[in-house]
Amino acid sequence: MTTRGLTIENLSMRFDLPNGGSVQALKDVSLHLGEGELLSVLGPSGCGKTTLLNIVAGFLAPTEGRLVLNGHPVKGPDAERGMVFQQGALFEWMDVRANVSFGPRMAGRSERDWAEHVDHLLDVVGLRDFKSKAVYELSGGMQQRVALARCLANDPDVILMDEPLGALDALTREKMQSLVLKLWKETGKTIILITHSVEEALLLGERLLVMAPRPGRIHKEYRLPFADLGVGQDLREVKKHPDFAVKREEILSMIWDMEEEIMGRAEEA
Amino acid sequence: MIVFLLYAVIFVVSFVVVKFVATKAATDFTSLKTVTFGDESAVRPNRIASVISVLTIFLLWGAFTGSKLVPGFLHAPGPFMGDAVFTYTAEADGQRDDATVTVRVFEVGTDVDAPEVEPGDGWAKNDSDTVGAWRSGLIRVDRNDELGRDDGHTVVAVNGQPIAPGGSVQTEFGRVGMSPKGTLNFEPAKGWQMEPIWLPPPEAVWSRLNEIASDGYRDSTLWEHLGWSLFRVIVGFAFGALVGIPLGYAMGLSNWFRGWFDPIVEFMRPVPPLALIPLVIIWAGIGETGKIILLFLAALWIMAIAARAGVSGVAISKVHAAYSLGASKWQIMRHVIVPNSLPEIFTGARVAMGVCWGTVVAAELVAAEKGAGMMIMVASKFQLTDIVIMGIILIGVIGFGIDILMRLAEKALVPWKGRV
Repeated sequence: MTTRGLTIENLSMRFDLPNGGSVQALKDVSLHLGEGELLSVLGPSGCGKTTLLNIVAGFLAPTEGRLVLNGHPVKGPDAERGMVFQQGALFEWMDVRANVSFGPRMAGRSERDWAEHVDHLLDVVGLRDFKSKAVYELSGGMQQRVALARCLANDPDVILMDEPLGALDALTREKMQSLVLKLWKETGKTIILITHSVEEALLLGERLLVMAPRPGRIHKEYRLPFADLGVGQDLREVKKHPDFAVKREEILSMIWDMEEEIMGRAEEA
Repeated sequence: MIVFLLYAVIFVVSFVVVKFVATKAATDFTSLKTVTFGDESAVRPNRIASVISVLTIFLLWGAFTGSKLVPGFLHAPGPFMGDAVFTYTAEADGQRDDATVTVRVFEVGTDVDAPEVEPGDGWAKNDSDTVGAWRSGLIRVDRNDELGRDDGHTVVAVNGQPIAPGGSVQTEFGRVGMSPKGTLNFEPAKGWQMEPIWLPPPEAVWSRLNEIASDGYRDSTLWEHLGWSLFRVIVGFAFGALVGIPLGYAMGLSNWFRGWFDPIVEFMRPVPPLALIPLVIIWAGIGETGKIILLFLAALWIMAIAARAGVSGVAISKVHAAYSLGASKWQIMRHVIVPNSLPEIFTGARVAMGVCWGTVVAAELVAAEKGAGMMIMVASKFQLTDIVIMGIILIGVIGFGIDILMRLAEKALVPWKGRV
């Protein structure tokens, strides 16, 4: 019986620099993510969170350690692990519907096969009326909804999000956060979400990983109730939860300390 | 000089008139901006200025060539035509006598006779002769005089002003000079207009265009000449794109191809295609093959570099996104890399078409039996300036037309260009 979910074992990643030195981007990262879990990853810049995501996506091969998804090792990118980028990853030469149906079409499935699913997803993300628009005509928030729908249309086991809401304004961002929670609950996907925003990590992360830099490693892990509370709710209500403010302060000061340490080290050097 | 001065005056005057008199309240968003200086987006071509600019060129052209399209009062002073009269004073055997010279100045190309004049009194007789406008002519005033050169006939004054060999006297009809041997030389006033052999008036160019369009030039119709030039451009460009685009893709996708072709492409890019003409003629002769090879070479490097830039310019996140959506390498090539490179390729194609058009004209100037460049080259040898100017205008119009077509194609085929 194979275990479902994503297992990361002793993952290390070292980059060689052109000047002969090397950077330890990740060191001994181990983690198990059950099916349907939503993990948010926080950390100061340079802590290796994007590297971690790129390894899980298969764009990078780790120097050490291994990845197992639903019982088989991860080698290279695959449709089972979908990725949502911060921005600029949509195909401008296709309209909204062609973007969303990209995965099924590349798999060689006929339109009759995918049309219903794709149209349903366009409904879910609220872009039914925009399906024949060019993507460059849409606002930033709409473009990210296209990216979400495109990823879901492929029905991946794991969805990787690299600061998907980072480039959006505060209001749009809040709406999109609700949408992510809703999609998570409805589809039951395993999601890894990388973010810079502590609030976002708290709101969306069923589990929350704080990473520390140099070398990139797991600093602390939390299990949080807010994501479940937030499903279908006004996220501003969730933020009023007494525990929310406590956790936010705790994590913020943790990251602050790390940043200060980096600064201090930079000054010493 | 006077033309540039007039041009500047028209520029300033029309600017002032349009700005302060004729402009109604502007209603576009620019009018709401308080800061427009330095704001590039607020600078758009003033269409009134464009129209005046074109009209000015034709106006100046017409005015300085005496065109019938321009009302007479706007004409620059033309050359003197008609009968010019001046007097000379001759001296022979110690005696002085005056006589008049009447010169009929005619338009070159028409036949005129010298005017009839009374011989007059004295031993020096009145003379008459003809000179073409913009030309000059020697006038042997002593020919009909009773005392000739054997008697020491010398002209000492014109219109009462003393003249000596090598000197000259200005009269109201033009300049009267004296050659070193003492013969008078009349050069009628030229005015400010250009002679048609230097610059024909617009209507002459137009009628020449009609004539060549219906009768052809050098055994080929106008359309054949232009068609051959266009044909060479299109075939040369097509071959260049056919080889250059795959080459650029290969250079953008493979280290080996990049390394192999980089030195060649980077070396050939700055070599102007015109510099290849002699070599191409040596190798392939002056026929069609040579021209198409030349245009192929002109387009090849531009297209290769454009395709390479298009491939290199693809955002890695798009490629990653396609991979994680399950696309194969071939599908990524077909659905991501190729469409992503199209805007760059179109930019390259526009540049390449422009360069090819310029190169084909230059190649035809060197040697060709048919073509727009050949037409103006041959015409220039016979000083058929109207054909030369007509050819230049046609070459410009076609080059402009090619660019407009490329832009339309670009708008239709890659609407996302610049909107990412």
